[in-house]
Amino acid sequence: MARNPGRPLSPHLTIWKWGPHMLVSILHRVTGTANAIGGGVLLVWWLLALASGEAGYARFVDMMTSNGSGRLNWLPALILIGLTWTFIQHLCSGVRHLLLDTGAGYELKVNKSGAIATLFISVTLTALIWAVILFHGAS
Amino acid sequence: MGTGTSIGRVRGLGSAHEGAKHWWHQRLTAGSNLLLVTWLVVSLFRLPLWNYRALVLWLSSPWASVPLILAVISVFYHLRLGLQVVIEDYQHDFTRVIAIVLLNFYAIGGAALAIYAILKVAFQGAIA
Repeated sequence: MARNPGRPLSPHLTIWKWGPHMLVSILHRVTGTANAIGGGVLLVWWLLALASGEAGYARFVDMMTSNGSGRLNWLPALILIGLTWTFIQHLCSGVRHLLLDTGAGYELKVNKSGAIATLFISVTLTALIWAVILFHGAS
Repeated sequence: MGTGTSIGRVRGLGSAHEGAKHWWHQRLTAGSNLLLVTWLVVSLFRLPLWNYRALVLWLSSPWASVPLILAVISVFYHLRLGLQVVIEDYQHDFTRVIAIVLLNFYAIGGAALAIYAILKVAFQGAIA
């Protein structure tokens, strides 16, 4: 499988002007990887903490929140906000891919607006969800 | 099997007959993820409290623990398929084999730990 490094690679990554569809395409892969590793580890960690009993879960909550206010510490908050965005972006982009799989939406304008829509929805929903969590004190 | 170029060694052998199943399962689990993870997010936001007792009470119901187990299976299967493609695109030679083995450890190990934790909470919560 070794590639001969003496032979040229296709310049496919360098000769095109970047557009939203290219950004959303590579973001699908990046956000998917972030969800798979970040979201997966965090989900297993949270469930194991819950299964370890009341004292064990208290230690988990204590690590994530500040003692005084009970609010999320900045690092867990940053990670959770990031994962909320990567999750919604991957979800929207995934639904877009399912639609593209049917053969629809390849016209230049439709494809571009579809790509922009996934970014718009993911950023807006992330902001809304965290506004509710941080300012209405759902914790 | 000659020892020529990589394309020369596979030419004429036909497909490995695994690609279509991989492609289809990626999309099937995309659909089940969409349903199950949306359920999980909505279900968590509907809880009045997010403390230990509220979460244990929630998970002690089969209507929460069973969909959560299904979500874990669907998500970890989906991420295994997805990360496999990422690895195959960027890793070559023996590092690819190591990365795929590690990915399988992560996907199967992570899912097993999560399911164990859910069942432990579900069965204990029903007694307490």
